[in-house]
This record gives sequence, C-alpha cells and structure tokens, in this order.
Amino acid sequence: MEATIATENTADGTWAGGSNKPLGASYGKMMMWFFILSDALTFSGFLAGYGLMRFKFIDSWPIADEVFTHVPFIHGHYPMYYVALMTFILIFSSVTMVLAVDAGHQMKKAKVTLYMLLTIVGGLIFLGSQAWEWKNFINGTYGSLVLEDGKIVQFVDDAGHLIALEDFVTKSPTNQRVEHTRTNGLWFVKDAGAIPPYTVNEVVESFKNSPNVNLRTEQLNHDLKKKVVLSREEANQFLAKATGVVKGANLKINEYGHTLFGDFFFFITGFHGFHVFTGILINIIIFFNVIIGTYERRGSYEMVEKVGLYWHFVDLVWVFVFTFFYLV
Amino acid sequence: MSDHHHKETFVTKYIFSQDHKMIAKQYLITGIIMGCIGVFMSMLFRLQLAYPEQSFSIIEAFLGRAGEGGVMTPDMYLSLVTIHGTIMVFFVLTAALSGTFSNLLIPFQIGARDMASPFLNMLSYWLFFLASVIMIASLFIETGPANAGWTIYPPLSALPQAISGSGLGMTLWLISMAIFIASSLMGSLNYIVTVLNMRTIGMKMTRLPLTIWSFFVTAIIGVVSFPVLFAAALLLIMDRSFGTSFFLSDIYIAGEVLHYKGGSPVLFEHLFWFLGHPEVYIVILPAMGIVSEVMATNSRKPIFGYRAMIISIIAIAFLSTIVWGHHMFVTGMNPFLGSVFTFTTLLIAIPSAVKAFNWTTTIWKGNLQMNPAMLYSIGFVSTFITGGLTGLILGDSAIDINVHDTYFVVAHFHLVMGVSAIFGMFAGIYHWFPKMYGKMMNKDLGYLHFWITAIAAYGVFFPMHFVGLAGLPRRYYNNTAFPIFDDLLHINKVMTVFAIIGGLAQLIFLANFFFSIYKGKKAPKNPWHSNTLEWTTEVEHIHGNWAGELPTVYRWAYDYSKLDSNGELWGGQDYTVQTVPIREGEEEF
Repeated sequence: MEATIATENTADGTWAGGSNKPLGASYGKMMMWFFILSDALTFSGFLAGYGLMRFKFIDSWPIADEVFTHVPFIHGHYPMYYVALMTFILIFSSVTMVLAVDAGHQMKKAKVTLYMLLTIVGGLIFLGSQAWEWKNFINGTYGSLVLEDGKIVQFVDDAGHLIALEDFVTKSPTNQRVEHTRTNGLWFVKDAGAIPPYTVNEVVESFKNSPNVNLRTEQLNHDLKKKVVLSREEANQFLAKATGVVKGANLKINEYGHTLFGDFFFFITGFHGFHVFTGILINIIIFFNVIIGTYERRGSYEMVEKVGLYWHFVDLVWVFVFTFFYLV
Repeated sequence: MSDHHHKETFVTKYIFSQDHKMIAKQYLITGIIMGCIGVFMSMLFRLQLAYPEQSFSIIEAFLGRAGEGGVMTPDMYLSLVTIHGTIMVFFVLTAALSGTFSNLLIPFQIGARDMASPFLNMLSYWLFFLASVIMIASLFIETGPANAGWTIYPPLSALPQAISGSGLGMTLWLISMAIFIASSLMGSLNYIVTVLNMRTIGMKMTRLPLTIWSFFVTAIIGVVSFPVLFAAALLLIMDRSFGTSFFLSDIYIAGEVLHYKGGSPVLFEHLFWFLGHPEVYIVILPAMGIVSEVMATNSRKPIFGYRAMIISIIAIAFLSTIVWGHHMFVTGMNPFLGSVFTFTTLLIAIPSAVKAFNWTTTIWKGNLQMNPAMLYSIGFVSTFITGGLTGLILGDSAIDINVHDTYFVVAHFHLVMGVSAIFGMFAGIYHWFPKMYGKMMNKDLGYLHFWITAIAAYGVFFPMHFVGLAGLPRRYYNNTAFPIFDDLLHINKVMTVFAIIGGLAQLIFLANFFFSIYKGKKAPKNPWHSNTLEWTTEVEHIHGNWAGELPTVYRWAYDYSKLDSNGELWGGQDYTVQTVPIREGEEEF
C-alpha cells in the first residue's frame, strides 16, 4: 500500500464518519425514526394481544358491521360509512402534511402555514369523530340481556336484523324506576349511571308477547357470517337464565357481546386517539413557529418534516386499527 | 463548539448536568447505591433459605414489622425476591451498566463532543433517578412492596386484593417501570443516533471499538423490546384499576366471584417475555463489549475475529427477539411451537460460542497484563461459559420442562447474565476509572475483591444447579414442609455463607472506589496504553472533550503489538493509537 495522507483513506467506506449526515438524515430525523420504531412495537403489542383474543373467541366475537352504524344527523343504520369517512379525513390530513413538508423544502412560508392548518383541522375532525363514535358505543343502540354465565343475548326481527329494546318492550305500570339524571337530583350509590331502562322481567314478558321478535346468542355461524338465531323454546330456556339488561358499553360489560371486545376497543382506539391528540398539539406548536418565522430564520423547515413523520405514523397505525377492529 | 463555554454553576455542573461524562458518573453512583440495596436484600432472603424461620436480629432491625422476632414474613420474603430481581435486572444491569458506559464511552470513543442531544440525555438520567426513588419508596409503604416476582405474572399482580404486595406496592412498581421505560427509550435513542451521526472523520463503522458496537446494538434491542413491556404494563394497569379483563379470566377470591371474563394470563407472558428475553441481551451485550476491549488491551493483541464479533453481536440481537417462548414451555404451548422455539434458542449458541472462542483466542499467547479489569474479563468469560452450557439444557423444551421453576433456572440465569454482567461492569469500572475520575484505583484491593467475589459467586451458584436438579422449586418461602427437601438444607447453608461472603466483599470495592476518587494516585493520560480515542483526551475533563480540533481516525482500535516487515514493533511501542496515520509500507488490518 502506498503511503497515505490523512484524509485519503478515511472518507469512504462503511457509513463513513466525519460528516454529520452519514445516512443522509440529521440526527433529529434519525431519532424520530427510531422513536417511531419503538412506538410501532407498543402498538404491535396491543394489536397482537387483540389478535390473540379475537381468534380465541372467533366463534362469538361481535360483528363490527352491526356495532358501528351511526352517521351524524341521519337516522338509520349505515354500517361503516362514518368510520370510512373519518379514516379518509385522517389520511387526507397526511396528504396536506406532505404538501406542507414539500412547501417547506421550497421555503414557501405561506403555503406551509396553510397546509399545516389544514392538517390540524383534519386531525381535529378525526378526534371529534372518534369522540362521537365513543359516545355511540357507550350509549349503545339496541340493548341486550346478560345471562348467568356473562354471555349476551340479543333480539332480532324475522329478517335477522337487530331490534332495540324500546321497540318491543313495554314498561310495566308498577315500574317505579326513575332514570338517573342530574335534573331530578337522584344519586344511586351502588349502580349510579348504570341503570338500564328496563328490568329483566319486563324484557322477558314483552318478548313472550311479541311473536315477531327472536333471540340470538353470541354464537357465530361462520358460513352465513351471522349469529345463530334460537327457536322459541330454546329462547325461553335462555331467558330463564337472564340476570340483567345491558344498554351500551363500559369496560366490564357491553351490549355487543364479549367483554374483551369493549375492552380492546376502548383501550386501543383510546391509545391511538391519545397519539392523535399529542400529534395535533405538536402540529399546533410547529404551526405557530412557522407563523412567527422561526424556520424561515433557521433556513430550514426540517421541524415540519419531523412532526410530519410522526403524523404519518399515527395515520398508518390507524389504518391497522381500522382494519383489525372494523373490517376483519 | 468547544470555545463556546458556559459559566457553570454547581447545579448545572453536578446536578442537572448535560455533559455525558457527568451523566455517566451519575448513572454509576445511582447504580452502585441500587446495587448495594439489591445485594443486601439477597443476603437477607438467603438467611431465610438456609435457616428457615430462625430468628436473626438483623432481620428485625431492617424489616421491622415484617420481621418481627427476627423472622421475616412470607409476604416480605416474596417482596425481597421480587425487588431484588427488579433492581438487579433493570436498575443495575440495564440502566446503570448501559447508562454509565454508553454515556461515557460513546462520545469519547467515536470522537464526538457530546451526545447528539445532551438535554434528552439529562432527562434520561433524571427519569431513571425518579424511577429508582419510586421503587425504593415502595419498600416503605404499609402493605409492603410488590411481591409477585420480578416477572409480575397475573393474576397475582392483577388483583389488588390477591396478596399484600399486590396492592399499592404493585401500583408503585408499575409506575416506576413505566418511567424507567421512558428513561431507557430516551437514552437508547440518543446512543443510536450518536453512533450513527456523530462519528469523527475516518471513524467508519468497521473501525469502531467493539464497545461501541455492543452499546449500539444494545440500544436498538432496547428500543424494540421495552415498548412491548410498556404495552403489557399499561394493559395490566387497566386490569388492576379500571376493571378490564385483558389478563384475567373467570376467577374468584376469598369466596367472592369477580366480574372478569375471558382474558388470558398467558397473553401477559407472551408480551412480558418478548421484552424479557431480549432484556438478558440488553444486560449482557454491553458487558461483552467491555470485555472485548479490556481483553484486547491487556493481552496486547488485536481482538481475534473483529468482524466475526460484530456479526455475532448482530446475530444475537436478531435471534433474541424470536426465542421468548422458551420461558413458556410449561404454559400448555403446542409442542410443535415449543420445538420451533427450541430451535431458535439453540441457534443463539452459535454466535455466543463464536464470541467465547474469540476471547480465548485473543488471550492465547498474549502478553497478559493481569490487572483487576483483565481478571474480571477472564472471570466474565468463565461464568458466561458455565452459565451458557446450562442454557443449552434449558433451551431444549424436553429437558426444560423437568427443571422448570426450580433453582436450576435460578443458577443458570444468575451465572450467565447476573454474575457475568456484573463482572463485565466491574471490568469496565476498573478499566475506565482513570478516565472518569482522573485517579487510579488500588490494584491490590482490586485483586482481593476479584478473587473473593469470583469464588463466592461460584460458591453460591454452582451448588445451586444440583439443588435445582433435585427438584427444589424457586420462590418458596420455606422448604421444610416437604421432607424430600430436608437433605438440601445443608447445601443451602453453604450457599448462604458464600452469598454473605460475596456480599461483604463488595465493601472492599466500595472502599477502593470512594477512597480512590479522593485519595487515589493521579492517573496518567493513557494508563493502559490503549488505542482508543478516549485516552487521547486530557485527564481533566473539559466540556467538548477535545480542546482543539476533533481527532481524525486512520485505523481500527486494535493495532496492538503490530509488527513491520522486519518483525519489529511499529514505532517501537506495542500499541498504535487510532489517530496515527497509516505508515509507509503498513497495511490497515
């Protein structure tokens, strides 16, 4: 080998050192990538847990199409329409984020400001929609009965569509229960906030008087992709074991079926929603920095790019959450 | 950067310091304190194991109400075992080992002024400190600290009413670990990007010292595996405090039926061990890096198989993420899946053996400098091989099932990750003490410390294998209830005596360490005649590490005893620092 001068044999080779960007990325951007890797594994942990339970109870998992059917301002049941819309809005906010990053590369402050604003608005709409979804999920749509063993039975019409309790149950005149609201000043110590609208007896009696109403269990018929509807006699046997009326959902019980369905829904969409929330907060901070010209002075809009990475990640996670909870 | 020197106050210099050297020292001191607490706990519960329910005033003195009459309560025994494991695995061997040496060495050895983000680095230490304080605080609450074992399996950990420690103690454990994980994430991100982006001119990845490679890969494993523990901890918190059923199925306690339905404790084990197994490599890899560096320096020979070492580090890291099932062979796992995990587990023997052979080949015919750091490195290789061999037994599902949850497992992991990693840490402390404090540690006390510690370590853990093979289950408060174990009491006494000797021997180290900080001999610039960049800095620490320009690197870190074509030592000395340009007629490797 020839005699060598200092720099000759050093500047090339395996991810050569000496420059601040050996892989073409600043350390901050690199850090964001590795943070995303880490966060992705947290979500993987949750989704893997969800998957395990989903398969463990594959014969009795609730059908998502029957749970998420609400659209704001419109009556009736439109499965998945609204969640598809909010997913679209979130993905579209990723598009505006990309445009903001691109405008940043071209140092166009006004454009960055506009697209950052659109991204924030998109995020807020998504978060609001998520809250609205939670509201519907918590309030419930149909109501059902819970049996001794903790299983749920639901009521369907002859066509197999779910029907709400209030459509066929009549309150008995002797029912003294008053709905718990703040205005009537009632405070139930033991079951505050969880008083269902009907008693078990009312539901069972009304069921016996309504020949068009059928009962179905959590059991899933895989060929028809529908829950198994019981015959009249079987239904009466099941109703004899009923212990409570369930309307809506909380972490311990829900009207849709398996407890874990509600648990995972609340936890994973909640955890994701928290990510969206922090993403919006960070976006707002960056938005104001853009307005006051911090990055203009710095000569680089890299911060926009970094928060953009995080925002895309949050959107990508939603695609998985959406797929696992709503589609499969 | 270096001329831009802030006036530093006491607070910014010693407490909220953003300097990697000071943060390394903070990690080390905190780790030493935590280590003392953890080791002391093990001495207390070893007393109970050797002399079941006999009275010792020391137990009453330290445990108070939980040790009334000098006998610890069963709950307190379980707490001690749990917190001992937690502290030693996470706070000492993860945070203090990586925190100390990654912080100290990464900027030094790659030729950087500091970490990529000094602020995040400071935050990482203080979150670790907060986590330590919370963990220690849980010792003092009325119901006692967590006692579900360091693996905190539900349902014991998930039901606050299960045993005393499942209450507030468990909550504090989870909070402490959540903060710890945040701290670990910030540290790891910093280590990774610093190694990738801040290397000086000429410091190619293939010229990095093996210490840096191992810290780098360790940080990546940490970033990948700790978040899964975080996920498990969050779900557990939901189960404990908000009534979800993720890990709990139909269960009743004290005659009362609980509302939980359908969850699976095995799900927790999957999530936990997806962290838990990589965790043992998070613990051992930095020690391996330190040992490689110390051995090459003190053998005055290049490390044998530098590239093979790097490849095996990466291979170990990759394999570590696909073997977690070998902790769960007895959970009712499908035997076929068990055999897959057996296969991947046994694969790890290959890179591990490559490393072990490379170390022995490195010292082969070397000009060995037997200082304490070198002794600890050799001790590391010894315990790593001893413990690694039983790993082959435990990795095989057919054999593992027989010794699962016995002291055989305890002996295995203490030797292969506990003692080994501690030895690696000691090697690092003895080797880089001059760099940290500018003073030399006393060699003779170091020898004494090593020999007592090494003999005591084998004295505790070697007989433990036989106790385990005889079937003694781990985590039992008292084995006298089973006549079949009566004969094992004597051997337990032997182990306890060695444990106490080994624990007390650490006082020698503490005395040496703290005495040397103040009264030690002043260290020369390059006391071990080492090649790496940290020894080109001045003994007195300055902000930015190098007063002038950053050094330029021309060669790898292992040009020890390099001969020219005439068979003479290059430059007349047996080491060539990385900043020396390649000379005429010299080849790089």
